[in-house]
Amino acid sequence: MSGLLTSSIARKVVMALSGIFLVFFLGQHFVINITSVIAPNTFNSWSHFMGYNPLVQYLLQPILIAGVVVHFAMGIALEIQNTRARTVKYAKYKGSANASWISRNMIITGLVVLAFLGLHMYDFWIHEMAYKYIEANPEDPTRYYEETVEKFEPLVRTVIYVASFGLLALHLLHGFASSFQTMGINNKYSPAIQTFTKIYAIGIPLGFAFIAIYHHLNPITH
Amino acid sequence: MKLTLKIWRQKDANSKGKMMDYAIDGIDGDMSFLEMMDVLNENLNNKGEEPVEFDHDCREGICGSCSLQINGEPHGPDRLVTTCQLHMRKFNDGDTITIEPFRAKAFPVIKDLIVDRTAFDRIQQAGGYISVNTSGNTQDANSIPIDKHDADDAFYSAACIGCGACVAACKNASAMLFTSAKISQYALLPQGQVEAVDRVQNMVRQMDLEGFGNCTNTGACEIECPKGISLENIARMNREYLSASVKG
Amino acid sequence: MGILDSKVPSGPLADKWTNHKNKINLVNPANKRNIDIIVVGTGLAGGSAAATLAELGYNVKTFCYQDSPRRAHSIAAQGGINAAKNYQGDGDSSYRLFYDTVKGGDYRSREANVYRLAEVSGQIIDQCVAQGVPFAREYGGLLDNRSFGGVLVSRTFYAKGQTGQQLLLGAYSAMNRQINRGKIQPFNRHEMMDLVKIDGKARGIIARNLITGEIERHSAHAVVLATGGYGNVFFLSTNAMGSNAMAAWRAHRRGAHFANPCFTQIHPTCIPVSGDHQSKLTLMSESLRNDGRIWVPSKEADAQAIRDGKLKPTSINEEDRDYFLERRYPAFGNLVPRDVASRAAKERCDAGFGVNKTGEAVYLDFDAAITRYGHEKALTSGHKEATDKEVRTYGEEVIETKYGNLFQMYEKIVDENPYKTPMMIYPAVHYTMGGLWVDYNLQTTIEGCYAAGEANFSDHGANRLGASALMQGLADGYFVLPYTIGDYLSNDIRTGKIPTDSPEFDAAEKEVRERMAKLINGKGTHSVDYYHKILGKIMWNKCGMSRNVKELQEAIDEISALRADFWENVRVPGSIDSKNQELEKAGRVADFLELGELFAKDALTRNESCGGHFREEYQTPEGEALRDDENFKFVSSWEYKGEPKDAVLHKEELKYENIELKTRSYK
Repeated sequence: MSGLLTSSIARKVVMALSGIFLVFFLGQHFVINITSVIAPNTFNSWSHFMGYNPLVQYLLQPILIAGVVVHFAMGIALEIQNTRARTVKYAKYKGSANASWISRNMIITGLVVLAFLGLHMYDFWIHEMAYKYIEANPEDPTRYYEETVEKFEPLVRTVIYVASFGLLALHLLHGFASSFQTMGINNKYSPAIQTFTKIYAIGIPLGFAFIAIYHHLNPITH
Repeated sequence: MKLTLKIWRQKDANSKGKMMDYAIDGIDGDMSFLEMMDVLNENLNNKGEEPVEFDHDCREGICGSCSLQINGEPHGPDRLVTTCQLHMRKFNDGDTITIEPFRAKAFPVIKDLIVDRTAFDRIQQAGGYISVNTSGNTQDANSIPIDKHDADDAFYSAACIGCGACVAACKNASAMLFTSAKISQYALLPQGQVEAVDRVQNMVRQMDLEGFGNCTNTGACEIECPKGISLENIARMNREYLSASVKG
Repeated sequence: MGILDSKVPSGPLADKWTNHKNKINLVNPANKRNIDIIVVGTGLAGGSAAATLAELGYNVKTFCYQDSPRRAHSIAAQGGINAAKNYQGDGDSSYRLFYDTVKGGDYRSREANVYRLAEVSGQIIDQCVAQGVPFAREYGGLLDNRSFGGVLVSRTFYAKGQTGQQLLLGAYSAMNRQINRGKIQPFNRHEMMDLVKIDGKARGIIARNLITGEIERHSAHAVVLATGGYGNVFFLSTNAMGSNAMAAWRAHRRGAHFANPCFTQIHPTCIPVSGDHQSKLTLMSESLRNDGRIWVPSKEADAQAIRDGKLKPTSINEEDRDYFLERRYPAFGNLVPRDVASRAAKERCDAGFGVNKTGEAVYLDFDAAITRYGHEKALTSGHKEATDKEVRTYGEEVIETKYGNLFQMYEKIVDENPYKTPMMIYPAVHYTMGGLWVDYNLQTTIEGCYAAGEANFSDHGANRLGASALMQGLADGYFVLPYTIGDYLSNDIRTGKIPTDSPEFDAAEKEVRERMAKLINGKGTHSVDYYHKILGKIMWNKCGMSRNVKELQEAIDEISALRADFWENVRVPGSIDSKNQELEKAGRVADFLELGELFAKDALTRNESCGGHFREEYQTPEGEALRDDENFKFVSSWEYKGEPKDAVLHKEELKYENIELKTRSYK
């Protein structure tokens, strides 16, 4: 096992595994969020469960945060390593001739998604932490739907969210399928995996964007 | 045809290099790219200037000596060819062609367009072999039947010419396609199984020590490889590496 | 002529090698650690020898001018490697391989060496498979074979069209294992500039670091030269651009005899020269002649129209085509040996029937094969009433699976689709059977200096059969030299390290430096290539596929004059103490300018036609080669005496005790 953690392949695998974990989290997140469109009551009760279940709060939430941190930290570490691997740059480099823009610019899409995540955390997570632990408000299992819809009232935020989902889709389009290759899966099932990841990579962010736009267009009137 | 060449000139490993412009005329479409370079060098020589140095040897696409980043792509715009097999009919009269050495920290420039690719040799020395002595008493060649598909796949991996186009094309200057092709050849054959665990670990370690970048699966290497070495090799290397890490 | 003792062991042919191995001296493992060996050249012969010697325990230093041992020109061999395995059960045996090789070489090779080659051929395949060389296999998982020209059995092992590459990578991997153990020290991008002799024995070399220009001294107890052939004396050949004869020629100047320099193989199927810019020629594998039919128009007017671009080959009727090989050699047809096919093509082109711009090309046509295979495949695919167009599509598919990579290569170079219009081909220099004279132990006439692979002269006589070069390189390196060299080195166990500060090393280095200084004097007017191209033209026109007294004499005079001009007027830019490709070329061409003259002199001396050596004065009324066994059944071994014209001929008489000498006939 020696040298495993510093080896290039191990680092790739860390990226792939944390990426896939985040992809699954994204799916789960989407399933909960879509209920805010279909059945606000379900949304409230599921959100409350996620917010107050000790297993979710004290085990899954830290794992998720760790997953995000590892994925981004390793991504940036690899970007630095990769930049250093070519100290003198080409005068002319035709990357588009042999690789897609998406695959060559994961760091850009990734950083945008990271920035978005900051906003997203500020919007929901910090608010939630403050609500629960600083202000020590009592449990209210009915507040989530309203709070969520309110967030999407400003057009600017909705636009930022939708744009970020677009870049997330780009990030996933390369990253999801690529993680299978990294883990050594390249065989007769690969075309099927490719198709599935394409649908997922476009479908999920599209769904999130739909939710944001839906709430923006259907504000709660008091 | 008439061409403008922008070529990287560098006196030696320690000097700073720069791009220089050269005009060239009378180039025929039937010439190979390197024959065009020969014409340039003959012209420079006649003017008393030092010719542009570049690696080349067999000029039939198999030795892997020739390199050159041509207009931003290793071995130029054509596919499945090395620079020596690239012909000038792929260019047009009046074109400007940028010619640079393969760039990677692990491939330092020796002079002009010549780079040092011995990192590849060191990766192979770390484990790219099967430990069998030449005794004349090895078992009969047909005593190990090998599935035809495995043998063919091993051949396709072994067809790598070690030119370094994969590294040159990769935005990360990663050598994984090269390393994985060699590992794959042995991984696919029964003869290679005994040393498989050590081989993949040692070769990957050496690859990392050489300062190559990491693979981000852009697939540029596969597209630019003059021998069409497949990305499947990298997946196989990853598998081999992971299973080796578990085993020992 | 005591120095030409071939040292062939006595006893029956089949037992010679075994007996010899049993009787020669060995070096014990502890002593091997104290013995150094230099191997120059890292192709099949050098790479395999270096790896094996290091496995045995010797300290090996390898030298190659390429940036990696893996790039030696053995890598370009396409077709395959022969071995008398008899896996096909078609009656093959060591004797049959031996017989085919001696006959194919037109009875100008040494019986005992060839038999040993055939004997160890099977072990080569075993060794390579054990190393992981991915040879082609059948569906049952066993090794596949193909057949090559000039033989009646299927004994050629192959890895698609890249057999040489795969074998070389095998030898290179064996080297890598020893480099990793520290038993081989590789000196890449290094060129041997001279051989150092101490007390008459080869004890080291002077080498130039091609990156820094530094002149280095390397000592050893023995020096192995595995530096390939000298085909580039013709400028245009299928050899690599860097292939050269410097190491062999430097050794020759130090006392190693050069044998049969005029025995050169001109391969019939190469892509023709397209213009003056041409830097090298590309081979199209001999296997193509299994299915391709070679022809030129039978009317000179048609040939002229084709040359002028007014007529397409496909529009010439069947009756207006001259399938000249099938016409002249009905028994073997398009599959006559290389020398015969090459000469026949040249004869037609000289007569005005050539088909490219310069009139130096003939057609290799797959039309008949496409139709034949197409019908067969249509039937086996259950397509009973296929149209002509469908038959063609089927046929092209079959041809693609057999020769796809070669057809693609042709199309890239010539820019014509060989499925639709016949290929154009012309003979080109490919291999040199001649080389340093060696005895049965592969030792040259310098004690402690060995030659292996194409660099020696020993096994192919006057013509080499297809797929035998790889066999010989690996036989020498894996199985012959590592044993025989031990016999010599057993005398050196008490010698100790050879110092490099001796007067002999001083003198050799001084000579090297002086020679380079002379080359780079900077006052010249012409580039190195200018001279090389002129030399190539002289060689091709006067020492090529057919030779005569008058032109050979002219060649000698012209080369001699050219050499003088070269030393006077060559211009080598740059400096000695840095990377300088022009300087590298200059040194090599300087040696070619001597070798070329000896080549012509050898051809002039050999008053017979045999194998690749065709003297116009010695032919049958039908234009076939006329061998003279009574007067020329010998190896010409040349001793250096200064100028090539002063070289002294020594003869090694060839004895045929196991084979009856016959006239080769392919009619």
